Amino acid sequence: MQRLWKIFSKGIVYENPLLMLMIGLCSAVAVTSSVGNAVGMGGAMTFVIVFAELVISLFRKLIPNDARIPIFIIVIAAFTTIIDLSMKAYLPELSKSLGVFIPLIVVNCIIMGRVEAFASKEKPLDAVVDALGMGVGYTWVLVGIAAFRELLGNGTLMAAQVMPEAFQPILFFTLPPGGFMVFALFISFNIWLKKAMERRAAAPAKEAA
Amino acid sequence: MNVIGIFLAASLTDNVLLMRFLGLCPFIGMSADVNKSVGMGLAVTFVMVMATAVTWPLYHFLLVPLELTFLQILVFILVIASLVQLVEFFLKKNVPSLYASMGIYLPLITTNCAILAVTFDNISKGYGLMESVVYAVGVAFGFLVAMVLMAGIRSRLRTAPVPKFLEGTPILFAATSLLATAFMGFSGLIK
Repeated sequence: MQRLWKIFSKGIVYENPLLMLMIGLCSAVAVTSSVGNAVGMGGAMTFVIVFAELVISLFRKLIPNDARIPIFIIVIAAFTTIIDLSMKAYLPELSKSLGVFIPLIVVNCIIMGRVEAFASKEKPLDAVVDALGMGVGYTWVLVGIAAFRELLGNGTLMAAQVMPEAFQPILFFTLPPGGFMVFALFISFNIWLKKAMERRAAAPAKEAA
Repeated sequence: MNVIGIFLAASLTDNVLLMRFLGLCPFIGMSADVNKSVGMGLAVTFVMVMATAVTWPLYHFLLVPLELTFLQILVFILVIASLVQLVEFFLKKNVPSLYASMGIYLPLITTNCAILAVTFDNISKGYGLMESVVYAVGVAFGFLVAMVLMAGIRSRLRTAPVPKFLEGTPILFAATSLLATAFMGFSGLIK
């Protein structure tokens, strides 16, 4: 249990795909102008990574090493198509506002990276837990950035008015440059968080010695 | 829409990196010096234009008549993957120094979202083959310009005093933010 928790939790801070590994960035800056979009994107991404890791982990002994990349791509593309078509059918509005970024999950380096580095070697249960950790790590950053940008840029959260009437929305934050700026601040924050956690982990060890 | 309009819109007002956030991974990874960024930009240009020239006919003459459009994602990504392989062989044989310095980012062109996005855009915007190719060239040009600008900024950043909390990657995004602000000035160029 503890081992699984360790696998799960590393995706959230230490190996956070967006802030630490710096992969899968494109969608992170692009869809975070509103919280609704961020939640939708995080959900879609988590769906694809969980199933892709599960399937590849199940078949890991059957996949020939030389042909593994094309096979991974086909598996990922299949699940991306599933989520793309399902969202078009059941959540047409969300699908429209996320636009090209849903099909682009197929080239999201996070999925490819995790499949290659983790799922192709580990047991299915571990792979699913790893995928969930990465999915949650991805989603929290997305939602965090989106909340920041939507609140300051539009005065709303999940399209509900939060800021008082007198608040003048700062348009900068909903525009592309604001996305980059908020993202820079988030990376800075995560580096600080990681250092603080390491300090705390080191402190009791020093006391014991 | 005329061809020049498509080109300008694709390269400047809708700059693929700064306005649409596509292809950020190589943008951050490969912009450390100008030569590499030009090499990357040209490789992406080649793959992007070729991919457009192959996927457009494939979609309109094969997938549409056979009613297989749901296979779009799968087919497009496979085409791009094979094209990247081709560029890799070519560079390895003819420009080995560039090949070595590009390292992992060369195979990663396959997963460069900008390329896949361009091929999807061409279909969803209903462009003809000619317009699609112009659009691809425009996007690739915008990518190249942004890469080179960023490489220039980074060479200045190396000697500049950076606030402590922004050291490392954060300052790159902060600089990108300012660059994107500058590019917003182009938005009046096209209606």
